[in-house]
Order: sequence, then C-alpha cells, then structure tokens
Amino acid sequence: MSLLWIPLLTIVGIVVPVMTSRYGRKTCVTATLIAPLLALGLVLLHAPTVIAGNVVSLQIPWLPLLGLDLALRIDGLTLLFSLLILGIGSLILLYAGYYLSAEEDDGRFLSYMVLFMTAMLGIAMADNLLLLWFFWELTSISSFLLIGFWGHRSDARRGARMALTVTGAGGLALLAGILLIGQSVGSFALGEVLAAGDVIRASSHYPLILTLVLFGAFTKSAQFPFHFWLPHAMAAPTPVSAFLHSATMVKAGVFLMARLNPALGDTALWAVVLSLVGLITMLYAAWFALLERDLKGILAFSTVSHLGLITLLLGLGSPLAIVAAVFHILNHATFKAALFMMVGIIDHETGTRDIDRLGALWAMMPLTGTMTILAGAAMAGFPPFNGFLSKEMLFEQSLVNNVLGALSALIPMLVMVGAILSVAYSLRLIYSLFFAEPKLTREQKAQPPLKAHDPARGMLAPGLFLAAMSLLIGLFPMTLAAPLVNAASLAVQGDTTPLFSLALWHGINLPLLMSLAAVAGGVAVLYHHRRFARIAALFPARDAGLLFEAATLRLIKATLWLTLRLENGSLQRYQALLILCALLMAGIGLSQLDALTGELGVQPIDGMVVLGAVLIIFGAIGSALSHRWRLVSLLMLSVVGLSVSLTFVRFSAPDLALTQLSVEVVSMILMILALFFLPQRPPLLVSGRRILRDLLLAVSLGLVVAMLNYALLTRETLTIADFFLRESVPGGGGTNVVNVILVDFRGYDTLGEITVLTLAGLATFKLLNRMKLFMPAGNLEGIRWSRHRYPLILAVIAQVLLPLALLVSVYIFLRGHNQPGGGFIAGLITAVALVLQYMARGHEWTRERLPVSYSAVAVSGLAVAVATGLASWLFGYPFLTSAFGHFDVPLLGEIELASAMLFDLGVYLAVVGATLMILINLGRVTTIHRPRMEER
Amino acid sequence: MEALFSLVVGVLIASGTYLLLRGRTFPVIIGLVLLGYAVNLFLFSTGGLNTHAAAVIGESTVPTDPLPQAFVLTAIVIGFAMTAFVVILAIRARSEMGSDHVDGQQGEAGDAK
Repeated sequence: MSLLWIPLLTIVGIVVPVMTSRYGRKTCVTATLIAPLLALGLVLLHAPTVIAGNVVSLQIPWLPLLGLDLALRIDGLTLLFSLLILGIGSLILLYAGYYLSAEEDDGRFLSYMVLFMTAMLGIAMADNLLLLWFFWELTSISSFLLIGFWGHRSDARRGARMALTVTGAGGLALLAGILLIGQSVGSFALGEVLAAGDVIRASSHYPLILTLVLFGAFTKSAQFPFHFWLPHAMAAPTPVSAFLHSATMVKAGVFLMARLNPALGDTALWAVVLSLVGLITMLYAAWFALLERDLKGILAFSTVSHLGLITLLLGLGSPLAIVAAVFHILNHATFKAALFMMVGIIDHETGTRDIDRLGALWAMMPLTGTMTILAGAAMAGFPPFNGFLSKEMLFEQSLVNNVLGALSALIPMLVMVGAILSVAYSLRLIYSLFFAEPKLTREQKAQPPLKAHDPARGMLAPGLFLAAMSLLIGLFPMTLAAPLVNAASLAVQGDTTPLFSLALWHGINLPLLMSLAAVAGGVAVLYHHRRFARIAALFPARDAGLLFEAATLRLIKATLWLTLRLENGSLQRYQALLILCALLMAGIGLSQLDALTGELGVQPIDGMVVLGAVLIIFGAIGSALSHRWRLVSLLMLSVVGLSVSLTFVRFSAPDLALTQLSVEVVSMILMILALFFLPQRPPLLVSGRRILRDLLLAVSLGLVVAMLNYALLTRETLTIADFFLRESVPGGGGTNVVNVILVDFRGYDTLGEITVLTLAGLATFKLLNRMKLFMPAGNLEGIRWSRHRYPLILAVIAQVLLPLALLVSVYIFLRGHNQPGGGFIAGLITAVALVLQYMARGHEWTRERLPVSYSAVAVSGLAVAVATGLASWLFGYPFLTSAFGHFDVPLLGEIELASAMLFDLGVYLAVVGATLMILINLGRVTTIHRPRMEER
Repeated sequence: MEALFSLVVGVLIASGTYLLLRGRTFPVIIGLVLLGYAVNLFLFSTGGLNTHAAAVIGESTVPTDPLPQAFVLTAIVIGFAMTAFVVILAIRARSEMGSDHVDGQQGEAGDAK
C-alpha cells in the first residue's frame, strides 16, 4: 500500500505552496519540500528490494472494462527516475525559492512544479500503459503551464503553445500506439505487455505501433526533426528548464523507449530508426550549441544533443549499450541541472544571458565558476567526471555495432565528431564566461561594466551539490552508481544484463584514444570558433519558431476555409452534404455484396399489390411535384399514408395498420391546421442547376436504398423472433406478441417513447406561447373564409360518433394484450374522437363540457407507467418486471390481469394527452384561448 | 413482390429527399413524413413480407417476426410527435422571422448558392 502513498503525497503537495505562500517565501518553500522528501523517503525504503532485482507492484482495479487499472510498480528504471524526479526536483524547488523575485507568485509556481513532479512520477511508476499515457499527457499540460508562467511575455506564450502542440500531438500518437499494443496483447498491464514482446513483434501492426510510439517518444525527447520546441521552451523560468528540460520531462521519451524496449526493441527497424535519429539529433544539435549566443540556448541544444546520444545508445541495443544509456540518463541529469542553475544564477546576478556580453566572471563569482567547471567538464566528457565514463562506453559500443551493415563504421566516426563538438561547446561555456574578456560592441562598452557576485548560499548549494555529484560518481562509480544502473538496466533488458564494471581506467585502448582525440579536436574547434561562426553565417538562419507560427496560421486558415465551405449557414447545404455522405457509405456497403439478389426466392406479384404500389408511387411523386400547391401536396401525402397502412394489412401487421391509420388522421389534421399559418403560395426562386442537383441526389439515394432493401429482402437474416413467440404467453401473459413486446419485454423502450411524446407536446405548448400570428383573411383568390365555422351536419355526426368511438377505443385497449390493439392505438382513436368535437363545435363549447388539462393527462400517463415500473421494486424485482395472474371475478368469470395492462394504461393516457395537447393548442391559437391568455 | 416493395421504398426515399432539399419549411415537413414512411416500411420489411402470418399466438400457423413490428409501431408514434414538433417550429419560425425559408431569411441566400 505504501506505493500508493508516493504519488498521493506529491498530489497533496500540489496544494501546499498555494496555501502557505502567504506566510513568506521561506516557509512556503520549506513546506513545499515536505511532501516530495517524504515521497523520496518512501521510494528509498523500497530501494534495497529493487536493487536486489525484484519488482514491487500494486494493482487496484479502476475501470476493468477498459483495461485501466490503478497499477503502480517500482523496478530499477522507476527507481532511477524517481530519484531524479524527487531528488533533483527537491533541489530545484529549493533553488526556485531564491530564483523567483520577491513579487512573483511563488505559490502558483511551486504548485505547478509539484504538479509536474506528480505527473512525471506517474509516468515512471505506472504499471499500466493507459495510466502511463494519462500521466504523459499531464506532463505536457503542466509543462505548458510552467513554460508559460511569465504569461505577459509573448515568447513565453509562444514557446508554451509550441511545446504543447508538439508534445500533445506526440501524446495522441502514443495513445493510438498504446491502443494497438493493447489490441495485439489483449491487456494494457505493463507486465503482460513486456512479456508479450514476441507477439507484438510478430503482429502485422508492428511497424505502425513502432511509428506511433516513437513519434510520441521523439516529440517528448525533442529528437530531430521535432527538436525545435525545446530551445523555444527556454522562455520558461530557469528552474523549469533545469527540472523539465534537462533532468526529467525530456527524459520521458527516452524513458518510454527504455521501458518498452523488451516489447518493441530488438528488431532491425527499431535499431536503424533509433540509431539514425539519435545520431542526427546528436550532431545537429551539437553544431547549434556551438553557435548559439544565449546561454540557455546553448544548454537547450546541448540537452537535445545528449538526448540524441541516449537514443543512439538505445538503438545500438547491445546489453552494454543499454547499460551506458541508463548510466548517461543519470549523468546527464546531474551535470545539466547544475549547469542550468548556473545560468539562472548568472542571469539573476548580471541581468543578461548573452555569452558575448559576459566574460571574466571568475574573479567576481568563484563559487559559481567552480560549479560550472565541474559540471562543464562532466558535459565535455573529461576524466574523472561521470560524463567521461558514459562517453567511453559510447565509444566502445559504437565500435562494435553492426546496425547499419557495412556502413556501421560510420557510426564511431560520427560519434567522434559529436564528441569533438561537445568538448568545444562545453569549453566555450567555461572559457567565455569566466576567463575571456567580454566581446562588447562600442555602445555596450560605453555602459558601466557588469557588477556581479556569488549569490546566496541557498541558491548555490543545490547546483554545487549536483556538480560535486558528477565528480563523485566519476570517482567512485561502482559504489555510487553501479547498483542503481544495474537495477535499471535489468528492468530494461531483463536477465541479459551483463556484469559490467564502471571505472575510469581500462588501460590504453581505442576508446581512450578517441577521448583524447576528441579533447584535442574540441580545443582546436574552439580556437577557430570565429571561423565556424562565419561559415554558419553564410547559411540563412531559419527560426523554427517563425516557421512553426506560420505553419499554424496556415493550418488555421485552411480549416477556416473548409469550415466556411461546409458550414455556410444554409440548412440545404448541410442536408445535401449529409445525404451525400449517407449515399457514399451505403454505396460502399453495397459494393461489397457478391450479388444484389440473395439466395431466397422471390414471391409472385398479385394485382392488389401492384395497385397499392402504384398508389404509393403516384402519391409520393405527386406530392413532390406539387409541393408549391400545398393543399394538393398534402392530399397526395395522405394517399401515400393510407396506402402504407394498407400495406401493413397486406403483410400481416394489423397493429401497425391500425396505428398508421389513426396517426394518419391526426397528422393530416395537424398539417391542414399548419397550412393556415404558412404562406399559401411560396415564390419560385430557384435555379435549374439546383433542381438538377437535388434530383440527382434524391434519385441516387432512392436507388441505393431500394437496392439495399432488395438485397436484404432476398437474404436469410438472423432473427430473435423465436424467443418472443415462445415466451409471449408464458412470460408476458398475452397472445398479441407485438403488444407484449411493447409493454413487457421492451417496456423500457416504450417508456422512453412516451416520454419523448409527452415532451414534444409540452414543447409545442411552449413554442406556441406568445406567438405573433399571420392570419390571412381569405384564400389566394381573395375570397374570404366562410363565417360558418361549425357546420351543423358535422356537429351532429361528431356528437353521435363520440360515444361509439370511445367505446371502440376501450375495446381496442382491453383486447390489446391478446388481439391487435393496445394503448397506443386506443389512445390515438380517443384523441381523434375528441379532436372531432373541437373541429365540429369549437374550442369553447368543447372546453365547457370537457374541462381537462391535456398536459396533466399526458404527465399522469407517464407517472402511471413509471409507477408500474417502480412497483416491481416493492416486490424485489428489477424495474418494469411485469406480473400477471388469472382472477375469478363474480359475474365476469375468470379474467386475466397483467401489471402490463396498467403500464399500457399509462401509454394510453400519455398518447391521448400529448396528441390533444399538440392539436388543441395549435387549433386554439386563433381563438381568445391562446396559450398567452391562459398563462397570464 | 420483393422488387416491387423495394421500388416503392426507393421512390418514397427519392421523393422525400427531393422535398427535404427544398428551401421552404412546408415541403421539408412533407419530405420528412415521406422519409418516415420509407424508413418504417424498410424496417418493417426486415421481418420479411409474409401473408396471413400475424404475430398473434394461435391465430396463424407460422407467425411473422414481431420485433420489427413493435419497433415500427413506436416509430410511427414518435414520427408523429416529431412531425408535430417540426410543424409548430416552422409556424413559430415564420412568425418570428417573417419568412418560411428554412434558413430563416427572406433573401434567398440559401437558394442562390
């Protein structure tokens, strides 16, 4: 359980600085340090177990369906990274307390730093790939917040945005890669993935997985060609650069590659990609580090270069190369963090980071100078510093590699060039800052010379400590580093980790000679530095930041253009596009069928069917053609509707036929009512091209759907009808299977349906509220509407019909469970009967005799249905479980009552209420009983 | 029979789609209703075109598939609710905008494009 406490402690630590910042800087920093130090202690508790070669892990199921567990582990690699994150992190928090000026919001800054620390710790400890990805993204976000901490500066905002875009894109690619890995392995648990390396490598997705994962890793670790964001991230406050951009975050990519090495590594593709990208990055960035004038720029490019070096080592892939990679991760973190702190100190003391303006600082800042010399020598790879040890190992491994076949001999040569450049820029840093005279321009000379002195001890101590560490690790590697490095490389490559000895002196051999040559070459390059700078000046400088901004702007413009094409505010355009998409997708689906006609035979055609088909086709085409003569179009539509209900009769669907018929009646009444409020003859303002386009779309869609339907009808389909037919009587207590499905088997669906129906009714009520009306006084020819609103014959017939219709609806309702009928149909019939009264006698007359609020009816119907469902809870059954039984009732004999009947009553009420709500509300807007009047 | 049925569905879809692409609200509503018929027939036909086979136990020897029927029954009612809502929305839109164009403007910007 103590594993969980490690990230929990840092999570708690996030709020500490915000809460304590009001008590002053010192208290705030001290309080902030508590949580990371406690977490560090907990990690160290596990260190002996881990160094002995065991893995400590913890699994808590989180979202098991997604394969996401709260799974944490500490193995050698985690231990190494946790020490960097928590150890160097604490030193940097201490340093940051001195670095920030007094008026800056230290609470917010430190809180972001601890947030980042948590995220990074999560990456290192995650024992589940999805969890790892979660923390991966969290580092991108927290790094965005930190780089953009000085949000008033535009370079900070730009740098933050760029870092987020690049690493965020990488994160998405990584997610895709992880999902593919999960698909191949069947699990996201790290242990299982690492054990399933052979499965992944054999999978046909392997190249894609590798590309996606490496894209994630390369963007995070600033490998060429994604390196450009790192120099721009230097707009961040220096503690951020020291922590994120040297010791930890940029190492996340390298960490990922090392972590997944057992699963993805050990193939030719892996080796070639990693070593080439690593090599190019190393050389390219080292060259720019040599030319850069900004101190932080030098360090940023040098970091990129060293990350390339680690990637190269991982690519070489031999057991000792991986040991060297792990070792260099540790070494680089120690000396580079110290150097960044040095730059922060110099910037803080002198106010500039321009290497040409600075110089001869040794006399003023001896302690800072000592620190720079120690760390810089480690960066250059001088003995007896730790950088020397890992660089020796790199030389040695580059000599024995065979990654590039016959071209493999190129690698040691290029590594040599990289080493020379690295010596040169390290020496330049030390020499120009502390010993050479500043190269000032004339105006700068006129200004007073820079005054500086060593900073407060607290600001100096963390850097000095790290610089001393890089010396000590170099002197006593077997004591200080070997156990850790051994454990970490065990985690990366399992039991194949060789026994190795880290030592300064291996006798006179080729790597040692290469080191000596690199030092000589570096000194020579530095001596001719001006010449190199002049050569470089011949090439036009290309600012990656500007290129990136321009690309972003182009992308925004392109998307805007596309959006405006697609989304021009015209419903017609949207629908045409939508139909086009449907057409394409259905077309693709159809094209995959072997033949249009399936294996089932077709039935013969009879005369009635032809007549029905002709009627529907006539009505459909007619209503489309006559759409400007609206009443005609409507009449044509009703022909279609009635024929459709006859079609249902013909093909054994009596319930559907009844429903369609009654719905047809109410919707016709509704649309005729609507005609009154809409223009009678719309203007003809449409181009022939538009009509042609629409016709083309419509006919193609019709064809595709017809073919689809035909293909479906002539094929055998899987059906679950047997279940319903078998269970209807014993399970649902009714013989009308359609109704039993509606009120019993799929009652939940029906409940949803009547809810929507009721909502539609309520919505129309709201829409009609306080509406301005266009009420024409006559028809198009100018003839006024008849003053006899309620014809006598209709009134009489309606009155006679009402009891009959109600009787029929009760009959239909009661028999619904066993014979065609049921709540829906009965409800519609009742609604039609009542609407007829309103039409025949008017709103006022009917209202006097039937003072009912239809919205109340609809809502009570819903309530009855829900209550029936809830009632089954009382008996300990799931929602909407139905029960039925046979009861002996005096006079009536034995009858069957099902709770589903009560549910059907709810359906009935909801349908009556909603239908009438819609029709009556629309009908009465022309009367004084408009919704507005009733509301007030 | 199957071909004729598919043809009918296809014609309904084509007419409905053509009306759906008109610029005035009323044809669009008619188009929606036509599309509704087509979709209901299509869904219904997934249970097969059977004669004298109502899904009532004891009435027919080989009852047809009741599930598509149940779906279509609710679809018809929901279709009505939707039509009603759209109709009243169209009326309200006309009263608010003074035009029955689907884009809510009298100028025929949508038609012209």
